[in-house]
Amino acid sequence: MSIKDDDQDIKGGIFEKGEEFLDMFRKGQEFTRDLLKDNERLRYRVVQLEESLKRKLEGPVEQGSGIVDEELTSKLARYENRLSELEARLQEIEAENVDFVQRYVDVEEQNNNLANLYVASYQLHSTLDYQEVLQIILEIIINLIGAETFAIYLLDEKLQMLNPEASEGVPVSEIPAVKFGEGVIGNTAKTNESYFNENPSSDLKVLLLDPLVCIPLTIKDDVIGVITLFNLLQQKESFAPVDFELFTLLAGHAATAIFSSKLFTESKRKLSTYQGFLDLLSQ
Amino acid sequence: MAALTFLIIEDSPTMRQLIRFALNRIPGAQVVEASDGVDGLKKLSSNKIDLILTDINMPIMDGLKLVNLVRSNEAYKGLPIVIITTEGAREDKERAMALGANAYITKPIQSTTLLSIVKDLLKL
Repeated sequence: MSIKDDDQDIKGGIFEKGEEFLDMFRKGQEFTRDLLKDNERLRYRVVQLEESLKRKLEGPVEQGSGIVDEELTSKLARYENRLSELEARLQEIEAENVDFVQRYVDVEEQNNNLANLYVASYQLHSTLDYQEVLQIILEIIINLIGAETFAIYLLDEKLQMLNPEASEGVPVSEIPAVKFGEGVIGNTAKTNESYFNENPSSDLKVLLLDPLVCIPLTIKDDVIGVITLFNLLQQKESFAPVDFELFTLLAGHAATAIFSSKLFTESKRKLSTYQGFLDLLSQ
Repeated sequence: MAALTFLIIEDSPTMRQLIRFALNRIPGAQVVEASDGVDGLKKLSSNKIDLILTDINMPIMDGLKLVNLVRSNEAYKGLPIVIITTEGAREDKERAMALGANAYITKPIQSTTLLSIVKDLLKL
């Protein structure tokens, strides 16, 4: 074989390879075109689906679009009804709750008041010592009512005078005795009606004759004395409803406690006097 | 809940009973009573106390002196002290708190207020 033949063989091989390559390139080109077409078609479909979904989500539920739609609509209506029922029930329960809370607060207050009244009456009747009874009344007025300056007057039936027996905040010696039926204190004893001063004076001298509160101490209809409140503790701005109940309780229980302790003390004194006589006679 | 022991230091038996009544609403509460500061210190040393409730105006030793002595004792440094008093002035309260009291209640007391403060201090 000559050199010329060799060259022709090489050229033929190159040509064949070039043809193959060109063929492959054409196929690749067609494949790419197909892919682009598919891509465009799919993008169009995605856009269509997105728009459809958007319409479904944003727009109203199409009525009568099918059995499934109808079922869903009816379910939704049922749930909405149930929801409004539950909301109404919740409101009722909340209202009941508020009512229960209020009732709980009231019961708590009643409970505390009863405890106060129990302690007051228990203490008042726990002793027959006259001085101790007076001391307990003072304690009740300070600790349960919250008075700072006050006095306990007892009626001297013979002299028809109300004499101060015990006091707090001002010495007993500085408190004037009051004639039965005279002035606010005397009148409270006479009428057997509690007195409440709406505009108390800030002057103690005036207050001693025109106190903040006067409560008659009564046994049945008989007045044995008067409790007078001249002023309240600094932190106690006004009377609470329980205070009036305490006043009523004091009017009855304090009077009987004072009366019975006084009787007991007198009878004890008389008994010791008689015992002394008997001892003298028996010697 | 473990039993809690309260020490009430108050010269008025009426007030002591009233406080006892309120504290008895705490399950398992036990109450030790003392009539003045000295009696209170004695009861404190002979009982395991969880909280002290004390008045200020008392014979022999007043409440403020008691608070001072309790606070100066290392063993009772963390013991909660509630003052219950008729003294409603702001200076009295400030003085009591400066000495180491944890709470200050003025008379006449409301059981609900007292219980709320006690429960708060004992983290009940």
